[in-house]
Amino acid sequence: MARIRAGLAGGMLLLSGASVSGCISVNAPDEPIVIELNINISQEVVYRLAADAGNTIEDNPDIF
Amino acid sequence: MKIIAKIFSKIVLAVAAVSIVAMPALAQRDPAYEAARAAGQIGEQIDGYLGFVGTPSADLRKLVEDINIKRRAAYAEKAQAANATLKDYAFTSGCLLIARTKPGEMYQAPDGTSWLKRDSGAPQRHPSCP
Repeated sequence: MARIRAGLAGGMLLLSGASVSGCISVNAPDEPIVIELNINISQEVVYRLAADAGNTIEDNPDIF
Repeated sequence: MKIIAKIFSKIVLAVAAVSIVAMPALAQRDPAYEAARAAGQIGEQIDGYLGFVGTPSADLRKLVEDINIKRRAAYAEKAQAANATLKDYAFTSGCLLIARTKPGEMYQAPDGTSWLKRDSGAPQRHPSCP
């Protein structure tokens, strides 16, 4: 049991050491970030609906 | 056996007659709508509705608003059947409608504000489009 404890403590020390030394630097991109409208629709949904929407358009040629 | 065949043929005839009557006349675009599209006065928006490129006449405004109301009704009905939101269904339709624009017609850029004229190449579409 004591041995396991020691092992755990050692592991924790290693981890905390890593988190102290690990340094992530974030640089701003040179190009401006363009945010395209606030349409937030997943491609999954759009792909699911595409065939159905295509039929709706075909079936209503007077309004499309 | 003969009677069954007779009844059957009658049923076939009746079904055929009903399907002819029930088939909706595929109404085409109003000539004024078609002309406004071709002239670039109106265009396809990314949200699935028509928009005005410039300031429309009162008649054109009425015509387009009427079409948009009908589009919304169609989207709402189909969205519900497909278990999707009206907005998602309309947006998906917008993707397809922009893809279907003809050269010379106007469509909304993926930024949702500016207008682009369709040329012979593929239109610029929103990244979420299929």
